[in-house]
Amino acid sequence: MSGFQTNNKVISWLDERLPIFSMMQHSAIEYPTPRNLNYWWNFGSLAAFVLVVMLLTGIFLVMNYSSHTSLAFDSVERIMRDVNYGWLIRYLHMNGASMFFILVYIHMFRNLYYGSYKAPREVLWWVGIIIYLAMMATGFLGYVLPWGQMSFWGATVITNLFSAFPVVGQSIVTLLWGGFSVDNPTLNRFFSLHYLLPFVIVGLVVVHVWALHTVRSNNPLGVEMKGEADSIPFHPYYTIKDLFGIGLFLMFFLAFVFWAPNFFGEPDNYIPANPMVTPPHIVPEWYYLPFYAILRSFTMDLWIIPAKLQGVVAMFAAILILFFLPWLDTSKVRSAKFRPIYRQFFWLFLVDCLVLGYVGGKPAEEPLVTIGQLGTAYYFAHFLIIMPLLGKLEKPKPLPASISAAVLKEKA
Amino acid sequence: MADSATHAQPSSTDGQSRRDFLLYSTIAVGAVGTAAALWPFVHSMNPAADTLALSTTDVDLAAIQPGQAITVVWQGKPVFVRHRTEEDIALATKDDSAELRDKMADATRVQKPEWLIVVGVCTHLGCVPLGQKAGDPKGDFGGWFCPCHGSHYDTSGRIRKGPAPLNLPVPKYSFTSDTTIRIG
Repeated sequence: MSGFQTNNKVISWLDERLPIFSMMQHSAIEYPTPRNLNYWWNFGSLAAFVLVVMLLTGIFLVMNYSSHTSLAFDSVERIMRDVNYGWLIRYLHMNGASMFFILVYIHMFRNLYYGSYKAPREVLWWVGIIIYLAMMATGFLGYVLPWGQMSFWGATVITNLFSAFPVVGQSIVTLLWGGFSVDNPTLNRFFSLHYLLPFVIVGLVVVHVWALHTVRSNNPLGVEMKGEADSIPFHPYYTIKDLFGIGLFLMFFLAFVFWAPNFFGEPDNYIPANPMVTPPHIVPEWYYLPFYAILRSFTMDLWIIPAKLQGVVAMFAAILILFFLPWLDTSKVRSAKFRPIYRQFFWLFLVDCLVLGYVGGKPAEEPLVTIGQLGTAYYFAHFLIIMPLLGKLEKPKPLPASISAAVLKEKA
Repeated sequence: MADSATHAQPSSTDGQSRRDFLLYSTIAVGAVGTAAALWPFVHSMNPAADTLALSTTDVDLAAIQPGQAITVVWQGKPVFVRHRTEEDIALATKDDSAELRDKMADATRVQKPEWLIVVGVCTHLGCVPLGQKAGDPKGDFGGWFCPCHGSHYDTSGRIRKGPAPLNLPVPKYSFTSDTTIRIG
């Protein structure tokens, strides 16, 4: 690290008192990055970009939104019809939420494929999971705000999950609602929290990047950077690559915004909320569907544990189990490139998540209930049985001596 | 303690235990104080006085014919009021001896056997079950069917099949006259 140098007296005066420029030089320009990152490494910066888009569009939406049950639905329609470019800002925000989850899911599966969660990046992975949990909470809260039928009934079903906990369950639900059903107090607090949580996510992203810059990026080979030959400075190599990625992503994102703005939504949410009538088929937003399938796959009471509690516990466990992944995976080799058997199980797991997502979006009927139950069993088996055993049984391919050695050999 | 090397302490164990006492009692007072300061914020999220005030609903039963049902709003929730037929009542009492997930006799769930009054919120995840209107599916047991996750309730509002753990709850209500009730 050569440090920051300048001839500008004002900048160096400031930098001696608050080392902003040194920090930027250190962590955004010189920051040594593996020379072999592929395009799957673009999705972190893309997610950060969408986070900014969500914050900006959200701040402008709030200027025209009313968080009262009798006004909320109409205020959103007013944004769509009367507010200048309101339709654009809302469609950016609405589709931006789906984009955020698409990018983060790709980011997470990249991490699974290349074993990025393994030592010394466990804490980096943990912070990522916490960001993911905060995103799920934020997405849920935001979906309630337009106060359509899916908003209302989604909120009812999700808050009722907490009633599954013995003894205190119902009190927790009343506390969440601020009443005896999802109503005006609920809408107001959801709005307040929906505005708060994105800034919490920004803070978590700072911690995530801090952890990243401490342990540095993993790479497709999964071997650590060993010398100067293995790395290139972040700027200009990855700044330009990330910008290029943002360009491609914008084409994808805006195609939905302009040509299929309701592709990810549910038509029922354009019906104002009615507490007396449940829509025939309640579905959460697509990004929760695999977990919704896990929730619903428990249909039988076991001893004194009701099916509902089992489902709720399993659903939370499905996410919390990710925290233990660095130890459940017993293999020392990070990248699936050198793990021929894990590579196949990785794709099986991806398919399993997609199947669960499909089942979660359909009515609870046979044969989908059984498929959902098998999918749930496989989900947990992947983490609790396959990952621990595979690390011991699988014979990994030989690892390259270094990143540069592998890259130069490929070129030759 | 680190500074005991430079500053001679008369009896270090005495001083230490006194300091420990001060430290722990300060932490304890601080923790209690923080919890006490936190409580108003948590409790502000519980139902407010005006929400609690909207706690009763009066219902006129005179116009409801046997076999009919109406839905009224009580505390923002739907309440099912069903005028049960003789067959409904017979079925409900017969099933007292059936295998019930949440065991309750029909007689304990009604004040007058022809009037069944239950909160119309599925005990699974809070959807409103179908079965109030003439054309609605009533499930396998002649009561209600929840379309969200397939729970079946019988003519006493008891859970018989599906993921819901409990019977439809009977709200507190009283007959204010022969044909009117007050819920809440």
